[in-house]
Amino acid sequence: MTRALILLRRRLIGSIFVLLIVVIGTFLLLEAAPGDAVDAYIVSTGGDAGMIELLRHRWGLDQSELTRLANYLWALLHLDLGQSVTFSRPIRDVILERLPNTLLLMVSATALSFGLGSALGIYAGARPGSVRDRILSIGSLALYAIPGFWLGLVLIVVFAVDLRWLPIGGIEALASDKTGLDRAADIAIHLVLPVAALGFIYLALYLRMMRAGMAEVWRQDFVLAARAKGLSRRRIVLAHVARNALLPLVTMLGLQSAQMLGGSVVIESVFSVPGLGRLAQEAVAARDTPLLLGIILVSAVLVVVINLLVDIAYAFLDPRVGAGEANA
Amino acid sequence: MSRFRRFLRTPEAVAGAIILAALIAMALSASLLFPGDPQAIAGPALLPPFQDWSLPLGTDRLGRDVLAELFHGARTSLAVGLAAAAAALAVGSVVGTLAGFAGGFIDEVLMRITDAFQTVPSFLLALAFVSVVGPSLGIVVIAIALGTWTGPARVARAEVLSIRERDYVASARAIGMHPLAIAFREVLPNALPPVLAMSSVIVAAAILTEAALSFLGLGDPNRVTWGGMIAEGRTVLRTAPFLSIVPGIALVLTVLGVYLAGEGIVETTAVRRGLQ
Repeated sequence: MTRALILLRRRLIGSIFVLLIVVIGTFLLLEAAPGDAVDAYIVSTGGDAGMIELLRHRWGLDQSELTRLANYLWALLHLDLGQSVTFSRPIRDVILERLPNTLLLMVSATALSFGLGSALGIYAGARPGSVRDRILSIGSLALYAIPGFWLGLVLIVVFAVDLRWLPIGGIEALASDKTGLDRAADIAIHLVLPVAALGFIYLALYLRMMRAGMAEVWRQDFVLAARAKGLSRRRIVLAHVARNALLPLVTMLGLQSAQMLGGSVVIESVFSVPGLGRLAQEAVAARDTPLLLGIILVSAVLVVVINLLVDIAYAFLDPRVGAGEANA
Repeated sequence: MSRFRRFLRTPEAVAGAIILAALIAMALSASLLFPGDPQAIAGPALLPPFQDWSLPLGTDRLGRDVLAELFHGARTSLAVGLAAAAAALAVGSVVGTLAGFAGGFIDEVLMRITDAFQTVPSFLLALAFVSVVGPSLGIVVIAIALGTWTGPARVARAEVLSIRERDYVASARAIGMHPLAIAFREVLPNALPPVLAMSSVIVAAAILTEAALSFLGLGDPNRVTWGGMIAEGRTVLRTAPFLSIVPGIALVLTVLGVYLAGEGIVETTAVRRGLQ
C-alpha cells in the first residue's frame, strides 16, 4: 500500500507542474485573442469610452501582464474561472452544469470501446494469423479510419431518419416531466447513437492493441510451460495470454481520455448533446474566449485526475509497477 | 529482393498504394479537370447523383458540382495532412533530441511541457487556436501540429537516450565537436527511423482532425474541404443524405489508404533491417 502512496505522491507533484504549464498556456492564448473581456462586454451591452476605462480598471485589465497572470492564478486557486459574457454567468457554473452529460457520454463510450474492443482483440489474438484474425484486423483498421462525426451522421440517417428507432439528438425528450427510472431510460435511449459513434472509433484501438499484445505474449516461455503442463487452449488464452496483454490497455485508457474528450466535442455537436464539447463549440461561435479556455482548463484537470486513477488502478493490478517507479 | 517488390507482396500495402495514388492524381488534376471555382454554381440545386452525366455526382444545396468539390477537397485534405504531419514530426524530433541529449533540467522542462500538451485534448487545443487566431490554411496546419508533435517527441527522446551512449558520440565529443552539432548532425539522423515510422498514423490523424475542424466551420473559408462538404450536406440530411455520405466515404478511403501504405512501408523496412 505504501508503494502505491509514494507513486501517487510523485504523480501528484508532477501533475501540479503540468497544470501550471497548461494555465500559463491558456493565459497566453487569452492574451493573443483580439479584444478583451471589456470589448466583449461592451459589444453585448453598449457603453462609451469612459465606461470602458472604468471597467478595465475594475477588472484589473490595465495592469501589467505579470500582475494579470498572478491575478488569473489567484482566481483559479479560488476555483474562479471568470464571467462568461455570452451566458452572463460565472464560467464555472456554466461548465459544471454541462460536465455531467459529457462524463456520462465518455464513461459509456469508454466502456463500450474498452469492453468490446478487448473482447474482440482476445478473439482475434487467440488464433494469430487465422481468417477471423485477418478479418477483424482489417475491419478494425477500417473502423479506425472513419471520422466519428461522419459515423454519427450515418447512424442518424439509418436509425433516426429511416428506421425511426432512436431519437435524432438531445440528451432527453424536451419538456418531459419524467422522473427516476423513466428519465434514466429516456436518457439512455438518447445516448445510444452518440455513445456508438464515439465508442466505435476507439474500439479499433483497443482491439489492435490487445491483438498486438497477445502476439508478444504468445512467444514467451511461460506460455510454452503452460502448454507443456497440458492446459486447455481456452485456459492458456484467457488466464495466461490475454491476462498479461490486458495491462498495457489499462494505461491506454488514461492516455486516451484526452482524445475521447476531444472527440466528444464533435459528437456532441452532431447529436446536440448539451455537454462540455457542445459548450466549446458555442464558445467558439460566440467568440467567448475566456469560456473556451475555461473548458480547456477543466478538461486538463479531468485528464490529470483520470490518469491518476488509472495509475492507482495499475499499481493494484501489477505489483511490479509500484516497486519500480518508487525506486526510480 | 528489392524493397519495392517486397512491398508489393503484401495485398494490404498494394491496396493502400493504389488508393493513395488515385488520391494524389485527384488532387493534382483538380484544376485541370475542373478549372474555375469549385464553389461556383454549376447546375440546378440538389440534383441526385447519376442523373446528369455532366454532373455525375449531382449538385449540393446551392447547385455546386459535387464531383468538382470532391476533387478540390482532396487537395486540401492531402496538403493539410502532409504539412501538419511534417511540422509535427520536425518539431517533435527536435524537441525530443534536445531533451534526450541535454538531459537534466532542460530534459525535465521540455518533458513537462510535452506532458502539458498531452493533457489538453488536442482537438480542443486546435479549436481554441483556430478560433483565437482566425481560420486559414496555415493556421489550421499549425493548430493540428500543436496537438500531434508530442508523440514523435517522446519516441525521439527515447531513441536519443540510447544513442547518446554510443562510441561514435563519445568520439565526436573527443574531437571537440559542439554539443548542438553532435545532437543534430550525429544523433538526430540516427534517431529518425522509429520517428518516421509514426508518420502514416500522424498523417491520418491530421487528415481526420482537419475534417473535424472544417466540419465545425473552422476550416479555411476560401477552400473546399471534405469536412465542410459534410457539414453543408448535414443541413439537408433528411432529403439528400448522399451529400454528407459521399465526402465521408472519400475521407474514410483516404485515411485507410494512408494507414495501409504506411504499414506496408514499415513492415518492409523492418524486414530489411532484420527486426522481424
